[in-house]
Amino acid sequence: MTILQVEQLGKRFGGLQAVDDVSFSLRQGAIKAVIGPNGAGKTTLFNLIAGMLEPTTGEISFQGKAIQGMRPFRVAGLGIARTFQNIKMFAGMTALENVMVGRHVRSKAGFLASMFRTSGCRREEKAIRVKSLEFLDFLGIADCADTLATNLAFGQQRAVELARALALEPALLLLDEPAAGLNIYETAEIGRLIVRIRELGITVLLVEHDMSLVMDISDEIVVLSFGRKIAEDIPTVVQRDPEVIKVYLGE
Amino acid sequence: MTTELFIQYLVAGITYGSIYAIVAIGFNIIYNTTGIINFAQGEFVMLGGMLSITFLQYLPLPPAIFLAVLVTMGIGALIEMLFIRWLQNPGILRMIIITIGVSILIREAALHVWGSDVRSLPYFFGNEISSIAISGARVSPQVLWVVGTCGLMVVALNIFFQATSIGREMRACAANRIAAVLCGIDTRNMVTLSFVLSAGIGALAGAVMSPITYTQYDIGTGLAIKGFTVAILGGLGNSLGAVAGGLLLGVIEAFSVSVVPLAFQDAIAIAILLVILFVRPHGLFGSSAMAGLKEF
Amino acid sequence: MGKNLVFLPIVAAVIAIQLLTAWTDSVYYLTQLTMSAYYSLLIVGLCVLMGYAGQISLGHAGFFAIGGYISAALTTHNLIPFVDQLPVRLLTALGCLQGGLDIYGDPLLVVTPWVACMIAILTALIIAFLLGIPVLKLKGHYLAMATLGFGIIIYRIVLASEYFGEADGISGVPGFQLVPGLLVSGDKSWRVPNYYIAWTVLILAVVLLRHLINSRVGRALRAIHGSPEAADAMGVDTAKFKLQTFMLSAVFSALAGVLLTHYNGGIGPSEASVMKSVRYVAIVAVGGMANIWGALVMGMVLNFLSLRGFFGSYDDAVFGLILIGIMLFAPEGILSLQLGRLWRRIPLFRRKTPAVKEV
Repeated sequence: MTILQVEQLGKRFGGLQAVDDVSFSLRQGAIKAVIGPNGAGKTTLFNLIAGMLEPTTGEISFQGKAIQGMRPFRVAGLGIARTFQNIKMFAGMTALENVMVGRHVRSKAGFLASMFRTSGCRREEKAIRVKSLEFLDFLGIADCADTLATNLAFGQQRAVELARALALEPALLLLDEPAAGLNIYETAEIGRLIVRIRELGITVLLVEHDMSLVMDISDEIVVLSFGRKIAEDIPTVVQRDPEVIKVYLGE
Repeated sequence: MTTELFIQYLVAGITYGSIYAIVAIGFNIIYNTTGIINFAQGEFVMLGGMLSITFLQYLPLPPAIFLAVLVTMGIGALIEMLFIRWLQNPGILRMIIITIGVSILIREAALHVWGSDVRSLPYFFGNEISSIAISGARVSPQVLWVVGTCGLMVVALNIFFQATSIGREMRACAANRIAAVLCGIDTRNMVTLSFVLSAGIGALAGAVMSPITYTQYDIGTGLAIKGFTVAILGGLGNSLGAVAGGLLLGVIEAFSVSVVPLAFQDAIAIAILLVILFVRPHGLFGSSAMAGLKEF
Repeated sequence: MGKNLVFLPIVAAVIAIQLLTAWTDSVYYLTQLTMSAYYSLLIVGLCVLMGYAGQISLGHAGFFAIGGYISAALTTHNLIPFVDQLPVRLLTALGCLQGGLDIYGDPLLVVTPWVACMIAILTALIIAFLLGIPVLKLKGHYLAMATLGFGIIIYRIVLASEYFGEADGISGVPGFQLVPGLLVSGDKSWRVPNYYIAWTVLILAVVLLRHLINSRVGRALRAIHGSPEAADAMGVDTAKFKLQTFMLSAVFSALAGVLLTHYNGGIGPSEASVMKSVRYVAIVAVGGMANIWGALVMGMVLNFLSLRGFFGSYDDAVFGLILIGIMLFAPEGILSLQLGRLWRRIPLFRRKTPAVKEV
C-alpha cells in the first residue's frame, strides 16, 4: 500500500530549478533513501514534503490526502515527523522536555485547561511524561533525561531529536542525513536503529550521504542529480546503474 | 478647496516630508551597516535643534548650527563606541532595547538641561510674518531652507556613497559584511561612521526645521516613528525610496488636517505604518523576494 | 498542588510586611505596595509573552489604559440624561447600572464596576486578537515598531477624546465591590484589605502562569522560542500560540488597569504613555526575560521605589539606564549575575581571549 506519492514535483527559486519533475512513491513500512551529489535538491525535496516550502508544480499526497503547500505543523499533525540536517534542539529545555514537545499533536490541553490544571490536563501531562521517557529509553538515553539538551554530546543530541520525532508516533519519518557527523560505529548503530524504527511500523524516508549506510538498510533508492530523478530501484541495481556511476564518479 | 489652500497644504506636507525623509535616511544608513534600527534617531534631530539654540547665545547662526551638528555627530560616535561596538553577537531584541534605552537617556538629559519648554531658532531670513508668494499662496522662506537643505543632503549623501572610497566601503559593508572584512575593510569603523553620519544629517535637519516646527525635549519619539514609517514605505535601506516615502507621508498628513482633528494626526501616520507593515512590509517600492533575503 | 508550596514564603512575606507596617506605624507604605502589585500583574503577563513566547511588545501600557480608561469612563459617566433611551433602559433591566450621588449631590446613574470591568477586559481581549493576527507575523524591529505604534495610538486617543477626559484623565472613579464586604478602593479605611486583595490577585496570577509554563502549552511556547522551525515540524501551531499568549498578557494588563484605576479613584494619560510601556519591558528584562520570579521581584522593587519617589525627577532616566545596563552586561537578567564575576564583564577588566572577530 502506498503511503506517500510524489507526482511531477517541481520547485523553482528564481532562475534555479532546484527540484525538477520528480515522481516516486513510498510503500507503507519501507525504508527509502534519497541520494545524490551536493546540490542535487535532496533537502529541497524534503522541505517540500514537510511543508516548509511550497512546490511550484506537482502534487504530494500522504495516505491519499494532498499535502503540498500545507503548513508544516499541519503536515506534522497528519503523522509526518522529521529530523534536521543540523540538529535543531529546543534551547533551554531538557532532553525529556524536548521529547515531550514531540507529544504535542498527540495531546490537547489548551491555555485555560493548562492554567487551571484541570484533572484531565494533569492526567494527560502524566501520560506525556511516561510516554516520552519510553522513547528516550528506546534510544538508550534515558539517563540524559534531565540534562539540558544543548549540553549533550552531538550523538546524544541526534538521539534526542530522533526520540522527539518518534514521540509524535508518526506514520512516516523523514530523516535528513541522520549519520552526518557520526563516526563509523555510530553510523552502524544509527542503521540498526532505523531498522528497529521500521519494525515499529513506521515508514522511513531518508536523505543520506553515507553510501554504506544507505546500501545496507534501504529497500529502495531514489537518485537525484541537478533536481531531476535519474534512477529509482533497489540498492543492488542502483549501484550498477551507469548513469548513477557517472554522476558520482564523473565520466 | 481653493488653489491657494491646496498649495499651502502641499508646501507644508513637503516641508515635514523632507524632515521625515532625513530621519528615514538616518535609519537606513545605520540599518545598512549594522542590520539594526536605531530607535534614538529622532533624538539626533532634537539635539541638533536644541544645541543650535544654545550655541546661538554665543555665536552667530551659521557657526552655531555647524557646532551643533559637530557635537551631535560626536554624540553619535560616542553612542556607538559605548553601547554597540564591543558587543559580541547581540540579538536583535537586545539591540532594540539598548537603542531605546539610549533614546530615553538622551531625552531625559535634554529635559534636565533645557527643561520642557518649547524652543526655536529665529528665522534664518526675515521673521514669522515674512513670506514669499507661490502661485498666490503665501509661504515662509524658511520652508525653502528646510526643503533645500534636505535636498542638498540627499544629493551629497548619494555622491558620498557612489563616488568616494569611504562611501563605497560602507556600501560594501552593507552588501556583505564578511566579504568586506575579507577585503580589508574595518567594518567596526564603518559602523561608527554610520552613526556619525546619521547623527549629523539628523542634527542639521533638526536645526533648519526648528524655526517652523519648534523643538522640545521629547519630539524624538514622534519623529522616530514617522521616520520609521517612511523608511518602511520606501523599503528599509533604500534612500531614494525614503525620499519618496517621506514626501508622501508629509503630504498625506498635511491634507488629513482638513479631515481629521489635529490631535489625531500622529495616529494617522502610525495607522499608515501598521497597514504598510501588514500589507507590504518590504515597502511600496521594494520587492518581496529581496526582503526575504534580509534578516529582520 | 504540592509544587505550589514555593508560594508559602511569599505569602509569609506579604503578611510579615503588613504586620511590620502596622507595628512600626508606617501603614502608608501599603499604598505603594498595593499599586506595585497591580503593576506587577501586568509585568508577569508581559514576562510570559516576552520571555517564553519570545515576542516583544512596546505597547502594553496601551492595554493597561484600555482596561483602566474603559472601566473609569463607564463607572463615572452619568447616564441619567439618556435614561429614556432603549440601550440604557435595557441595561437597567439587566441590573448593569447603579445609582449614586455625584460630588454636588445630584443623582448619578452609572455602569456597575463588575460590568465595566468585564467590558474593559473583553475590549482588551478583542483588540489584542485583532491587532495580534497581523502584528505577530512580524519579527524583530517590525514587531517592536508596530506595538510601539499601537501604544502611541491609544495614548493619542485618550489624550484627544473628551470622553476620556483629555489631558486631565478621569477622576472620581468609585470603588469596585468584588464581593459584599470587599471593596477595591483607595480610601484609608480600606488600605489593609486592599493590600491583601492586590496580593491575592497577583499570587493567583503567578500560580496560573506557572501552571501554564509547566504544561503542554508552556512547552510549546518555549519550543517556539528555542527553535521555531523545529516547533513547527513538531506540529506546534506557532501563530496560534503566539496570538493566545498575546491575548492572555493583554487581559492581565487590562485587569491590572481596571483594578488600579478603581484603587486610585482615577486614571490619567501618562498611564498610556510610551515610557510606561518601555518601563514594563525594562522590568521584564531586569528580571531575566523568561523568569516569572525575576519579573515579580523586580516589578515589586522597582515600581515601589519609583512610586515612593526614590528616583526623583530622574525616574524615566533610571529606567533607561537600567535597560541599557541590563542589555549590555546581563542580558539574562540581574538575578543571573554572580556578583563576584561582575567586574570581569566590564571590558577593561575582561580577560583577553583569542579574538573571534564578529562579522
